[in-house]
Amino acid sequence: MQINNTLLQNGEKAVFALRALYNSYGYAQYKMSKFEEYDFYAKNKDFLISENIITFTDIGGKLLALKPDVTLSIVKNANLSENEVKKVYYNENVYRVKRGDNSFKEIMQTGLECIGSIDNFLIAEVLELALKSLAAISEGFILEVSDQSIVLRVLDLLEVSDNTKTTLIKLISEKNADEINGILTAQNKCSKACEVLNALVKSYGEPKQVLENLKNLSDDAVLNDLIDNLADVLSSLPSDKIRLDFSEINDVNYYNGIVFKGFINGIPTSVLSGGRYDPLIKKMGAEFSAIGFAVYLDLLSELSKEPEKFDIDAVVLYDENCDYTALNEQLNALRQTGISVSALKIIPKRLKYKKLYKLSGKEVELIEDNA
Amino acid sequence: MKTMLNVALPKGRLGEKVYNMFEKAGFDCPSIKENNRKLIFENEECAVRYFWVKPSDVAIYVERGAADIGVAGKDILLEYTPDVYELLDLKTGICRMAVAAKKDFRDNLQRPLKVATKFTNIAKNYYTSVGRDIDIIHLNGSIEIAPILNLSDVIVDIVETGTTLKENNLEVFETIVPISARLICNKSSFKFKNEPIEKLLKSLASQVAQEK
Repeated sequence: MQINNTLLQNGEKAVFALRALYNSYGYAQYKMSKFEEYDFYAKNKDFLISENIITFTDIGGKLLALKPDVTLSIVKNANLSENEVKKVYYNENVYRVKRGDNSFKEIMQTGLECIGSIDNFLIAEVLELALKSLAAISEGFILEVSDQSIVLRVLDLLEVSDNTKTTLIKLISEKNADEINGILTAQNKCSKACEVLNALVKSYGEPKQVLENLKNLSDDAVLNDLIDNLADVLSSLPSDKIRLDFSEINDVNYYNGIVFKGFINGIPTSVLSGGRYDPLIKKMGAEFSAIGFAVYLDLLSELSKEPEKFDIDAVVLYDENCDYTALNEQLNALRQTGISVSALKIIPKRLKYKKLYKLSGKEVELIEDNA
Repeated sequence: MKTMLNVALPKGRLGEKVYNMFEKAGFDCPSIKENNRKLIFENEECAVRYFWVKPSDVAIYVERGAADIGVAGKDILLEYTPDVYELLDLKTGICRMAVAAKKDFRDNLQRPLKVATKFTNIAKNYYTSVGRDIDIIHLNGSIEIAPILNLSDVIVDIVETGTTLKENNLEVFETIVPISARLICNKSSFKFKNEPIEKLLKSLASQVAQEK
């Protein structure tokens, strides 16, 4: 059957495009059950975006949960041998509470994970797939990239307490330069590292330029290596759609290294989110690296804000005494021209139609044309 | 057509003051000064559109992208923790979030402290940080009468000059956090309208520095 592209919602269209994309890069589809044991999620609660999980008791008395996340299950079932790399993608519904909302939502999510022996080439490939995923959704997009290890190194150089570090990380994510400077001044910090931190918070732009600026400021060998490494990862990617932004910070207990978010012009929040999550894997007791991302397809509905002008192309009015065979023939003839047609006895109050026909005898007669 | 920069300003004196700063930064919109009841004003030449909203709603407009940038008090940002960038401390609308009580108030540690406030989250976070068990009473206004009528032991509220407190025989016992107006920005808009936003930010920052 031919699929009519215009009838698909933005999210549905994206699913087809993304599946084809991930397949072409050799990613295999990962299918999972709707439920997992609650215990599994409870153990890794902080990794989940919302702590609330829908639970229920299975026939045998086991406490199950409707999956709030896919990544955890993929990692759990990875079973990798040394130097192996596993590339999988998924398209699943997850169940969680959205930020600022007090009810559960079913969210359609597509994403991919690349786990195992990760190198810079594979990281760049995942970033490339993120860029292509965004391009498949809309032309106006930006992939915001950061490297948490750079931010953390700068914080280490400041030699502040863990509490202050946590506060600073939050302020960095807000781009709140004024309060950061307030804290550093109050603690009498005025080293080179402060300057770098300041530059870090204020820097936003094409990777090459931002990294050069940072390197000019930094006199720390470790930091310079991290900067060079990030430049190396990004070197093969088109820079016009990538922006470095160090305010992008995920939970440092679960993520390390590169993190990224994708934005689409016209959608107020990020539609793609991902990063490298070696610490999560370590917490789950394994010894390999991983990077992945998810695309929040439910947000794509924001892109089509203009409602359709018409509910239906044509309405054919009939009455009970008409010739049903003739009616059916006429309806099919209209449908064959590729339009949507509904046979009605009376017109519902707010129905917007392009054309109104009436069956008279064996033929239809046009009585109103709004097109 | 140029893309417009949408700005949510808090209705009232603070908003008017901040508008003047925006005007100096080259984002003027003369129609806003006409005395009428309109809520939306735009100047296509400068590609800017302003709207007046309730001060406590500014953060919502910005977080949801109806406004690209806005000006909100730190009190609102602490209370609702919107997912936005906080680009600049405008060093205006300065006041503080404080704990106040009747002058003869003494904390009875045998029972939870009764706290009346409009800022439930700020109060909860503060008392958690000092390890005091509280009983929170959410009020929407005239917070000052709560201790007088023994509805609460203390209040957590914004204190500007302290006149209202004094007239009601209350005084400040603790400052929780200093408050001022902040320039906030939607995270997506920051990317797609980066140029005008950076231009505005730069000018506002230098205006704030000059005022010092």
